[in-house]
Amino acid sequence: MAKKTLEDLKKLREQGRKKRDLVKSGTTSKNIQIIVGMGTCGIAAGAGKSFDTFIAELDAHNLDNAAVTQTGCMGLCYVEPTVEVIVPGMPSVIYGEVDGEAARRIVREHILKQRMVNNHVFDRPAVDIIQDGGK
Amino acid sequence: MAYRNYVLVCGGVGCESNKADQIYQNLLTASVANNISDEVQIVKTGCFGFCEQGPVIKVLPDETFYVNVAPSDAEEIITEHLVKGREVTRLLYDTSQSTRNVKIDGLDYYQKQFRVVLRNCGVIDPENIDEYIVRDGYAALEKVIFKMTPDDIIREIKTSELRGRGGAGFPTWLKWSFTKDVNEAQKYIVCNADEGDPGAYMDRSTLEGDPHSILEAMTIAGFACGADKGFIYIRAEYPLAINRLKIAMDQSREYGLLGENILGSDFSFDIEIRLGAGAFVCGEETALLASIEGERGMPRPRPPFPAVKGVWDKPTVINNVETWANVPVIILKGGEWFSKIGTADSKGTKVFALTGRIRNSGLVEVPMGTTLREIIYDIGGGIADNKEFKAVQTGGPSGGVITKDFLDTPIDYGSLTALGSMMGSGGMIIMDEDDCIVDVTKFYLGFSVEESCGKCSPCRIGGRTLYNILDRITKGEGELADLRKMQEIGEAMKKASLCGLGQTAPNPILSTIKYFEKEYLAHIKDGRCPAGTCKDLISYHILADKCIGCTACARKCPTAAISGERRQVHRIDPELCIKCGVCMEVCKFDAVFVR
Amino acid sequence: METVNIKINGQPVQVPADYNVLQAAKRMNINIPNLCYHPDLPAWAACGICVVKMENSPKMVRACATPVSEGMGIITHDPELHAIRKTVIELILSTHPDDCLKCGRNGSCELQKLAADYGIREQPYEIRLQDIPRDESTPSIILNPEKCIKCGRCAQVCQKLQGVWALEFVGRGDETRIAPAANLSLDDSPCIKCGQCSAHCPVGAIFERDETEMFLNAVNDPEKHVVAQIAPAVRVAIGEAFEMEPGTICTGQTYAALRRLGVDTVFDTNFAADLTIMEEASEFVIRLTKGGELPQITSCCPAWTDYMEKFYTDMIPNFSTAKSPMMMQGAMTKTYYAEKNGIDPKNIYSVAIMPCTAKKFEITRDENMFSSGHQDMDLVLTTRELSRLIKANGIDFMSLPEEEADSLIGAYSGAGTLFGNTGGVMEAALRTAYNLVTGENMEDVNVHVIRGMDGIRKGEVDIKGTKVKVAVAHGMANVSEILEEVREARKNNEEPPYHFIEVMACRGGCIAGGGQPYSTTDNIRDKRIAGLYKDDAMSVVRCSHDNPEIKYIYQDFLDKPLSEKSHHLLHTTYQYRPIYKK
Ligand SMILES: Cc1cc2nc3c(=O)[nH]c(=O)nc-3n(C[C@H](O)[C@H](O)[C@H](O)COP(=O)(O)O)c2cc1C
Ligand code: SF4
Ligand code: SF4
Ligand code: SF4
Repeated sequence: MAKKTLEDLKKLREQGRKKRDLVKSGTTSKNIQIIVGMGTCGIAAGAGKSFDTFIAELDAHNLDNAAVTQTGCMGLCYVEPTVEVIVPGMPSVIYGEVDGEAARRIVREHILKQRMVNNHVFDRPAVDIIQDGGK
Repeated sequence: MAYRNYVLVCGGVGCESNKADQIYQNLLTASVANNISDEVQIVKTGCFGFCEQGPVIKVLPDETFYVNVAPSDAEEIITEHLVKGREVTRLLYDTSQSTRNVKIDGLDYYQKQFRVVLRNCGVIDPENIDEYIVRDGYAALEKVIFKMTPDDIIREIKTSELRGRGGAGFPTWLKWSFTKDVNEAQKYIVCNADEGDPGAYMDRSTLEGDPHSILEAMTIAGFACGADKGFIYIRAEYPLAINRLKIAMDQSREYGLLGENILGSDFSFDIEIRLGAGAFVCGEETALLASIEGERGMPRPRPPFPAVKGVWDKPTVINNVETWANVPVIILKGGEWFSKIGTADSKGTKVFALTGRIRNSGLVEVPMGTTLREIIYDIGGGIADNKEFKAVQTGGPSGGVITKDFLDTPIDYGSLTALGSMMGSGGMIIMDEDDCIVDVTKFYLGFSVEESCGKCSPCRIGGRTLYNILDRITKGEGELADLRKMQEIGEAMKKASLCGLGQTAPNPILSTIKYFEKEYLAHIKDGRCPAGTCKDLISYHILADKCIGCTACARKCPTAAISGERRQVHRIDPELCIKCGVCMEVCKFDAVFVR
Repeated sequence: METVNIKINGQPVQVPADYNVLQAAKRMNINIPNLCYHPDLPAWAACGICVVKMENSPKMVRACATPVSEGMGIITHDPELHAIRKTVIELILSTHPDDCLKCGRNGSCELQKLAADYGIREQPYEIRLQDIPRDESTPSIILNPEKCIKCGRCAQVCQKLQGVWALEFVGRGDETRIAPAANLSLDDSPCIKCGQCSAHCPVGAIFERDETEMFLNAVNDPEKHVVAQIAPAVRVAIGEAFEMEPGTICTGQTYAALRRLGVDTVFDTNFAADLTIMEEASEFVIRLTKGGELPQITSCCPAWTDYMEKFYTDMIPNFSTAKSPMMMQGAMTKTYYAEKNGIDPKNIYSVAIMPCTAKKFEITRDENMFSSGHQDMDLVLTTRELSRLIKANGIDFMSLPEEEADSLIGAYSGAGTLFGNTGGVMEAALRTAYNLVTGENMEDVNVHVIRGMDGIRKGEVDIKGTKVKVAVAHGMANVSEILEEVREARKNNEEPPYHFIEVMACRGGCIAGGGQPYSTTDNIRDKRIAGLYKDDAMSVVRCSHDNPEIKYIYQDFLDKPLSEKSHHLLHTTYQYRPIYKK
């Protein structure tokens, strides 16, 4: 990495937007995203273990078009660990209380069969002001 | 083979009791009957909040939100909405009922939450600067360095009417302009991340989830005020946040967004992390200064204000984490955009940490002016275990209680203060009928007393004296004169303490005496704790007509205080009973009661 | 001076712009009560009693920490303020023992006075005392934490004025207390025993070690021949204990009082101050003319020598080896005086009346303090202790006749009396050094360049062509600026920036020592200093070398300055001491 110019930042943002659109339309190679909430509360509730389970389960099913990443707290502290799952063609969903078992079910059902997993879906807490909020 | 639609049925406990399960079954049946079970998945979900209007149903991907749904409505939702594509309007959530809606640029959200501060939390990978940049990260910094003058920046913040989120609600632009106007070569920018209120963790979450937003904001302030050095004062107990901050700082230095000649300009700014030892009072800005300087963290008299004479007597802007997080958004979207959110008194949003006897505890960010009822019931899902709401404590140990009668008050800095409480850092602790108000008050006061730095006499002596009085009351040793004495001491602490800790420490007492005097009197005059929690004032008994003599309680009692033959009514020996409550927990026949 | 217009209780008044509200009110003869503010110190704002209101605001602010500003309207007294202040006073009293009758501050305690003013008759709140043992580890002061009201003055004095940082707040909440860091005892801490904490404490929590009983035992012991001396600073302050104006010269009354108390012989430390000057100025002239370690630094303040041994060990070679006047007087008493009068020195009990608590420590600080073969000085009483003795013995100090000191080692010059104030030792030494170098006296012996109250004063004195650069520092924290300059020059192999430096630990010098009457402020310091300059100006003999008794003693006993005998009796050595003993 090196120092960035204004031009570099602009490019980064454009590439990012393109990538996001590609994910949405399902045409990139890593088009499935599993985003694990890894704040202090998530980690305390076992998010680290869920994270590892996702990777193992994806490997087990040879799913190389899915990326597992981390993020901060989603605010749903009563159902930590929380995970957002983005699968092209499906509304993105936030799952709560994702222990190892739930993680495996999410891979097997949500990702493989595109069926949401009962009793673990929680609401998106709010609108995204960066993507949707008016400029 | 994805489904065309997903129907999410709120399956939280609140809705469950209102026949959510029946609705789920009816939806399934109707979808089969209408031959769409291959196209539509019916999903049971966790609690959505909105329990008061439950059961609720959400249809994806169109995000239609139905409330007060009855099992008999299932058929119509399937045939009308999912077969014919027409919303069932009578079940739609009526946004006009809500005391206030978030209306921004034509968008109208049913979601009560509106995430400005937490915009990236739970969205980006905090350890990857690119993800921040993609979501317009550092675009505000770009804008100020190349397109704005310091005066422009301060004007924008002024237009936004942003007030400090650390507790006092001081206008942020004013602080910045004080510092900007001092003619000194060396100035400092400080981020106060000492967050020590019991129950509050919004600052930690923000730093963990979106560290770059804080770095960007501080750099912007550095540019506006003419400072080239910043400190983030963070408590050492936040290792994850510290680590993520360090990673973020390294990355932004590598990118040239922090350090010498930012983005090739001639503006330089760097940040250093200072660890706090965890004393609550070190969050008070003048104590924080002393601590950064290496002295004992004791508050100093103001004036001089830090904005004029701060760290090592140099002009210093100190803002709270949440305040900082708002800054890049204000620069990018404009102060006017921001000032449209909220109330006349307070603009923007506020993050609250909902805890206590609430179904959905967690961090919520709502526009200022949202009512307590909306937060507690629509977002929080109401009181856990279907108990009766008693009061909510806002502002942590420095706030007061707010009772049922005031649940519909739109909350902002002014309204909370008018109710005898305060915004504080945004802790919101819900109490139900089982919470003894004297005991809860003692808990909060105990916190302040432990955390008092001991510098000034009203706080140091008054706090402990108050605590001991409360302690006596919970033991049934209170006197009527205690109420007056507590008010006297409380008043003196409020008026004559040096810093906010001592000035606000009596708030819980003063406000509970005001709203729950009867409960105090029950303890003092009748030696009774109405909520049944003050151990010295309660006793456990067994109801003869309910006890079947199963011996469950007797076997569990740790002191063998329960006697009785099998199939005979049991009895608790008050001399031996230590009031642990195990018997009540294990009795399946509700035969144990507290008096 | 810039001024602002403000209103206090509706009355317009013009006050200097740098005043705080407390000072502004005082200007209008309105007293705002408080326990932690002291004009020597920046406002610490702890006690919470000086609260006042701004017009049209319900909030209360601390008068001590609120600067005045143009147009400000202040309310200093109203029923609400009264009630809040009273509650705070009652709270403070609830943690303070009420054994006033047995307290050293009975009658001079600021808390006692407030309680009286506010008519406190009962204790409404639970009484909670801190049960912490006293710290009696030093010979000078006793810290009694039970009485401490945490006003913070002592810690502020110790840290900000003295730069010692021996006293700190430890613990927090209602367990806060004043103690050396890490709960060490004072003796193991960097404490230099100057006693400024005890002079600033509003209550009886830090107190000089009271040794009046030892004095009484001595004077009542027929075997003992009690010889007393009084320090220069005592004479211009002791009158305050008897309602006289600060600065009133009470030399003769103090001699008389001591005799009434049973002292056999009364000398004056000022005589020994002249002796010190003879030795110290000779030492200086040698360093200056023959080449020696420069600058020479004065060593008559024991708190300062203690500080130097701990914090500026590298300056040991710069210290004048001359003992302090008190110790010289002691050595002369038990040798020359004993010999002349045929008294066995072991029966002599030597007592010094000093403005200083550190002097109690000095008398046994090392083996040089036993140069006569006995302990040269047996007892030090502070001005405060002596005035208590005078009162307890029913002596009407005001109507005592002005008596004379006993002769041989009793007479003093104007230079000697100046030892009591900042700049005085330097001035006295310059008068004699000038004479030693040139053989004649200065045309004008008043050395104005080094007089005054600035914490650091620098000047140049012309000794017939030789420009002598001098510096004066008082208030221990001020010394570092000058000494760092010296260190810097030494590091760079440059000429030393000064030839002669005078240091006194206490602000204003000994006239404001840790053992002087209470309530010392700069205003009082000025008056006491004026008293000493007046004593000097009124003296017929203005220079130490012109004091006939000094001339005589060199002829009769000591031979000459820096002689063999002088070295043995009048000079000392210094050693490294750790800042923290443990
Ligand atoms: C006892 C006490 C503790 C405080 N703790 C914090 C804290 O942990 N974090 C914080 O941001 N502000 C805290 N404050 C408020 C700060 O003094 C200060 O007002 C704030 O940092 C200013 O930032 P703002 O203007 O952005 O709110 C505390 C105040 C008091 C009296
Ligand atoms: S109010 Fe309490 S915490 Fe604040 S300075 Fe006074 S003693 Fe310390
Ligand atoms: S010892 Fe005296 S001066 Fe020091 S804090 Fe206590 S009361 Fe104040
Ligand atoms: S200046 Fe005087 S009173 Fe103060 S410590 Fe030194 S000798 Fe004692």
